[in-house]
Amino acid sequence: MANPPAPIAMLAELTHRCPLSCPYCSNPLQLAGREAELTTEDWERVFRQAAEIGVLQVHLSGGEPASRRDLEALVGAACDAGLYTNLITSGIGLTPDRLQAIADRGLDHIQLSVQGTTAISADRVGGYRGGFDRKMLMAEAIHRIGLALTLNVVMHRHNLEELPEVFDLAERLGARRVEIACVQFQGWALKNRATLQPTRQQVDRAKALVAEARTTRAGRLVIDFVPPDYYSDLPKACMGGWGTTGLNVSPDGQVLPCHAAQTIPSLTFSNVRDRDLGWIWANDPAFNAFRATDWLPEACRACDRVGVDFGGCRCQAMAILGDASLPDPVCRRTPGRAALDAALVAEGNAPGLDAAIFRRMGAIAG
Amino acid sequence: MTPATVPHLPRGVRLHHDRVRGTMVLLAPERALMLDEVGAAILGRVDGAAEVGQIAESLAQEYDAPLAEVSADVAEFLSDLARERLVDLHG
Repeated sequence: MANPPAPIAMLAELTHRCPLSCPYCSNPLQLAGREAELTTEDWERVFRQAAEIGVLQVHLSGGEPASRRDLEALVGAACDAGLYTNLITSGIGLTPDRLQAIADRGLDHIQLSVQGTTAISADRVGGYRGGFDRKMLMAEAIHRIGLALTLNVVMHRHNLEELPEVFDLAERLGARRVEIACVQFQGWALKNRATLQPTRQQVDRAKALVAEARTTRAGRLVIDFVPPDYYSDLPKACMGGWGTTGLNVSPDGQVLPCHAAQTIPSLTFSNVRDRDLGWIWANDPAFNAFRATDWLPEACRACDRVGVDFGGCRCQAMAILGDASLPDPVCRRTPGRAALDAALVAEGNAPGLDAAIFRRMGAIAG
Repeated sequence: MTPATVPHLPRGVRLHHDRVRGTMVLLAPERALMLDEVGAAILGRVDGAAEVGQIAESLAQEYDAPLAEVSADVAEFLSDLARERLVDLHG
């Protein structure tokens, strides 16, 4: 295979530990424990190697990255490697002092998540009492320090009604950007799909509200909106194309083409403890498995959308159809779509949030 | 925007020389904008002090191009970036 283009972004999942237990978490069901995590020195080496192969941006994520006591050092290492460094955090585990220290190390941007716009609704989803109020204190500290802030909300059936308040909250907190992602069904979210899936009515209203807010708030608030997959007719380009744009390093050092790739049983992954990132990006069989489009069925290769979505999400094909080499079942031009439509009908009157399985270590066996 | 408007890159947005791809890039939240020569030349003059008019004059001189044309290009480029909050405009 010809040399792949250099990757632009790396998601560094520093830990799976997290004080929150959101039922929509995209982490795998088998969470890595603290003893399996990469060391500070491992991450320093990975950040340097990432910059060498062309990565421009690193997203420090988790779990909750602040659960790592060496977060300040890790931010410093990423910045020193020359990477644009973004911290994706719930805010829990941070303090104004830690935020100042992280800013002093050179952090470029911070993405703060909320689970709702009031303490009652947000803490119910996050499963952590007092969480929302702590987040608001951290938002104030971020503003005081002057860090660039994006507010981040995962939306689903139980909070999508709060969308107008999300825009207001983002502006009130001084965010220049808000990222509204309708829940994607991987990991824990897939387990809780029936409970979390929004209704068609909610989705239509949300799209109209986003369009309106983009006009009324133009030049003040940039709005990124990820619509829910199951109500789309055509798939998204997974990771901008498998193995073309980004890579993900898990807390225990596995290098994944996307954060859910471990759900594909036919793939095995290299580890940054054994190999350097450049070799893995160019040669690892897991990265080459779905590069380009010659692995797709013939009908897809002849489709006018193939250069747009590259067959969509591999992990969704795996989760819904049991075969990662089939086209993403979101696509209305494929037979697999019937499975998504059936799920929407079957789960239309599903139970409320109380029935959800909240994410925590050891909650699900196998 | 007037010729006296002063553009600047807000915190969280910065120019970066990408050695691997041999190009200038504007790095911002969830964005990496690969710049062509003109884009890089405009943003290279955005220092929080230079006015839009001065930036256009300097470019027109360097590239030996008509000032009216360059001014229009600079204004359009910076307005697009401002809409996406990648550049702040003052005055």
